[in-house]
Amino acid sequence: MSILLSSNFQWVLLSTLLLGIAAGLVGCLAYWKKQSLMSDALSHAALPGVVLIFLLFQVKDLFVLMIGASISALLGAFCIMLIKSTTRITEDTAMGMILAVFFGGGIVLLTLVNKTSTGNQAGLNNFIFGQAASMVSSDVMTMSILAIAVIFIVVIGFKEWKLFLFDPNFAKGLNLSIKGMNIIYLLILVLTVVVGIQAVGVILMSALLIIPPVSARYWTHSFKTMMWLSGIFGGISGAVGTTISALGVGLPTGPFIVVTSGSIFLVSLFLGIKKGLIVESMMLRNKRKEVYEQMVANSIVKEGNS
Amino acid sequence: MSVLTVDGLSAAYRKNTVLHDVSFTINQGSLTSIVGPNGAGKSTLIKVLLELHPRLTGTTSFFGTTLKKEKARVGYVPQRGSVDWDFPTDALDVVMMGMYGQIGWVKWPNKHHRVKALEALDKVGMADYAHRQISELSGGQQQRVFLARALIQDADLYFMDEPLAGVDAATERAIMTILNELKNEGRTVLVVHHDLQTVEDYFDQVLFLNRSVIAHGEVTSTFTTENIERTYGGTIRWLKEGVGVVDSTLK
Repeated sequence: MSILLSSNFQWVLLSTLLLGIAAGLVGCLAYWKKQSLMSDALSHAALPGVVLIFLLFQVKDLFVLMIGASISALLGAFCIMLIKSTTRITEDTAMGMILAVFFGGGIVLLTLVNKTSTGNQAGLNNFIFGQAASMVSSDVMTMSILAIAVIFIVVIGFKEWKLFLFDPNFAKGLNLSIKGMNIIYLLILVLTVVVGIQAVGVILMSALLIIPPVSARYWTHSFKTMMWLSGIFGGISGAVGTTISALGVGLPTGPFIVVTSGSIFLVSLFLGIKKGLIVESMMLRNKRKEVYEQMVANSIVKEGNS
Repeated sequence: MSVLTVDGLSAAYRKNTVLHDVSFTINQGSLTSIVGPNGAGKSTLIKVLLELHPRLTGTTSFFGTTLKKEKARVGYVPQRGSVDWDFPTDALDVVMMGMYGQIGWVKWPNKHHRVKALEALDKVGMADYAHRQISELSGGQQQRVFLARALIQDADLYFMDEPLAGVDAATERAIMTILNELKNEGRTVLVVHHDLQTVEDYFDQVLFLNRSVIAHGEVTSTFTTENIERTYGGTIRWLKEGVGVVDSTLK
């Protein structure tokens, strides 16, 4: 337990908490843009970039690796858009293809790197499932600052995001640049994904973007509340997952974050006060009772009249 | 005075040309219905005019200049089906969206804006539903919310894409009352319309469209059997004959 008191761990915890909040907020945007799968494609597409940058420069500084990851993820996003606009292949199929091809390419490169002794020691394998404990203080700083930047961009443009997601055509009539919003959206999506690749890993990073907004939807009918809840759920998942993985030796962080996030989803699914299964079935039962009593009352009146 | 001039406009979806050499002029204070069969390019025309769909050729002029300069004076009511009504928000919030340009980007709406939005909702008879989830509104109520959002823009030229589609008689009357009010205030309204039976009652101008402009002018002189047949082909003949029967019995 003493590890939980170390200042290094507490910094790591803060950074994954911020990452979780950022992912929850951006995930909420992706949810209403109906592009949840996009984050999955982007995070997988980031892997070859990470390994290539390592091969070229032989450094393991998170900031440098993130640049490679971003370029690679953006390239993946560009390919998806290119396939979608020039062929008759649909967006989800394009995402599935790019996701697999980029990730496969990344694994091939990773195998090559692991054959060299420096590569083996670099611990690039951590980028697959995430290892928050392996982060050094400069990584923590990079992660925290970028996560705060993403949170800031989402919060400050809250009104614009709402309009952009609900009715982009109308937004354009109000002189809001849809092209500009799309670019900012893609940039913060890529940024969130690559910020999280070391702590959470490329495979499961997308879960941190997809699951929190879905859970939040069960608790509210307001977009603002949904955003905040999604951020809080993401933050809790990040923090709890990191704590659990720090308690054991060599436990990966990503899976624990996702399991936490999944648990929050299960609770929301049943207990959510606006759309939860229990509330919905109770409402249906009450309504049925009400209608039944009304019918009985009516028939009594009828009999009384006859 | 003309508020909108369109010259030689054409547009396509992939290989299909939907609009071909469309030219017309709309005068200030007119209430125009755009009619034509399915696939005639009515909605596309509005989208191309508002630059929501790319044009192939042609020029347009809004208030004697470009749309970009006069965007604040142009209002738009999209088709109801163009958005996801499951989006978590209420009627008041949707109406407030019409003021986002006036509020200014990256600024928050204040009490004054809320009051104005409530007034607009009241105008379309939806004041009681201000805090109702938009997913729980009926189709006609959703259409009224869209109309309120457009009214709050305080525009001089309105484009409405099928505002009367799938609404009941009461909503239809309420919407038409508002459109007439707009017209009496000297504003210009263009409406994509699908119901030939009501064109004569509701509008003063009619624009027949089937890929290009078939006829355009005053309803009294332009809304003729001949023009309807030219726009819709022979298939509509039975309908117009029916209208004729109704007309003669009324007389």
